[in-house]
Amino acid sequence: MILFQDVTHDYGGGPLFQGVSLKLEAGSFHFLTGPSGAGKSTFLKLCYGELLPSSGSVSIMGTDLRTMSRDQLAAARQRVGIVHQDCRFLDHLGVAQNVALPMTATERPLPESDLEDLLSWVGLADRAAALPPTLSGGERQRAALARAVIVAPNLLLADEPTGNLDWEMSQRLLLLMVELNRMGTAVLIATHDLNLIRFAKAHVNARVLRIAGRKLAVAGSDL
Amino acid sequence: MSARAISDLVVPQGGQSVWLVTLSAAAMGFLAVFALALAVSAAGLARGWSAQLAQTATIRISAPPAEIEQQIAIVLDVLRTTPGITEARLLGEEEQGALLEAWLGPDLPLDVLPLPRLIELTETAEGPDRQGLRLRLSAEAPGAVYDDHTRWRRPLVQAAARMQVLAVVALGLIGLVMSAVITLAASASLASNGQVVAVLRLVGARDRFIARAFVRSISRRAFLGATAGTLAALALFWALPDLGGPLEPVAGFGFRGRSWLLPLLIPPLATVLAWLASLATAYHVLRRVT
Ligand SMILES: Nc1ncnc2c1ncn2[C@@H]1O[C@H](COP(=O)(O)OP(=O)(O)OP(=O)(O)O)[C@@H](O)[C@H]1O
Ligand SMILES: [Mg+2]
Repeated sequence: MILFQDVTHDYGGGPLFQGVSLKLEAGSFHFLTGPSGAGKSTFLKLCYGELLPSSGSVSIMGTDLRTMSRDQLAAARQRVGIVHQDCRFLDHLGVAQNVALPMTATERPLPESDLEDLLSWVGLADRAAALPPTLSGGERQRAALARAVIVAPNLLLADEPTGNLDWEMSQRLLLLMVELNRMGTAVLIATHDLNLIRFAKAHVNARVLRIAGRKLAVAGSDL
Repeated sequence: MSARAISDLVVPQGGQSVWLVTLSAAAMGFLAVFALALAVSAAGLARGWSAQLAQTATIRISAPPAEIEQQIAIVLDVLRTTPGITEARLLGEEEQGALLEAWLGPDLPLDVLPLPRLIELTETAEGPDRQGLRLRLSAEAPGAVYDDHTRWRRPLVQAAARMQVLAVVALGLIGLVMSAVITLAASASLASNGQVVAVLRLVGARDRFIARAFVRSISRRAFLGATAGTLAALALFWALPDLGGPLEPVAGFGFRGRSWLLPLLIPPLATVLAWLASLATAYHVLRRVT
């Protein structure tokens, strides 16, 4: 699904991480942890081609990001669900239209009932018409996750998807991702929340990756 | 929802750049009508002047009052035997007076002024042997001067042709300025919608889809603006008083007959121009977004 080969990334002030090689298999479930500023968001951006690595190569669904045309990248992203850490929306459209955007903007049909079911699962059924700037932080995160999963993606990349949520809602959203994973979606979640990781491990066979000291390593099973 | 409706939806409507497009398209449509009118009238003038003057000539006879009738008779006689002339007509004194009145006013004491007499000629398409005619006239009626109007015609036709070039250059400049304004407006619109573009790319929208959304909204504004500007200018032309009469050649600025249809091409042309300019700009700007 995603293949990192000897990847180094550097924004200009020295490398953030070096020599990262990693393979995310279809159907796998990973967490990505590490101290703030270690490069978790950067790592996710490399996965979906918002950034290109300073050296080494990143392949997504078998194609090197560097050799992909813009349309190929767009086509690849149509099979990837992305929850951005700062949850960007189209601020002039309501929640429901934003959640439906990955389908409508790629001209794929979307059954109205699927949209309604998903909105009620994330607890936004009664906020369907609200504009994004009027949402709370947690509501934004739920809308962003709904938008990411609506395409039933092959790969889900979520950056701190539960950062602003209460524990109960965090569990609920995690179960949604676990459910997707059971149906075949590879999941990668960047998070600080060790409770969430422990909770997930009770439901799914999840591996934990840790970025620290410019290295990416598989964390011990002691979590 | 249709694909079109969706692509309209993803770009927020409104904002300054939208007004910039509408306003400039309106102004350019308005100006284009005038440039087009200039082109059409100049073409009409050139055609009219050369046609009207081409097959007419005059002979002016100035002589002392005692000899003038005799010279007129000689000239008419010469003309009758000159091939290439279909008609020769001596203008009556009142007719001549009316011609002068148009320029000098009604209070002229025409009867005391020693005016030359005029003979109006209508020539065949080939015309007479002008050089020979001049020689015969100077030999038989020294007071007669043949004038075939070429002296007037050539500069007039040239002036009209220049006016036409001028009008076409003006039309070109109008198109250029409009494309430039639309290019600016399209970049401004894309730049001020940076987040919209980024989110659309994030969810996998292709450049074509994103560009279409912007291009459609800009082209639509350009069409509306250009239509309004064109109609406003046409209304002005419609309301222009029809002077007609002796002032016709100068007052004939505007459209007539089928040329009224020409300005209707301006809105579609402006739309195509806007479409091309904004499409090129959109692709250019999108290259910078991953
Ligand atoms: N566009 C950028 N240009 C320059 N430096 C950047 C840029 N984006 C991030 N950085 C820097 O790279 C480092 C890693 O950032 P990143 O957002 O990947 O961290 P993170 O692990 O996601 O942190 P957090 O847990 O706080 O979200 C930070 O020091 C950040 O300041
Ligand atoms: Mg981060």
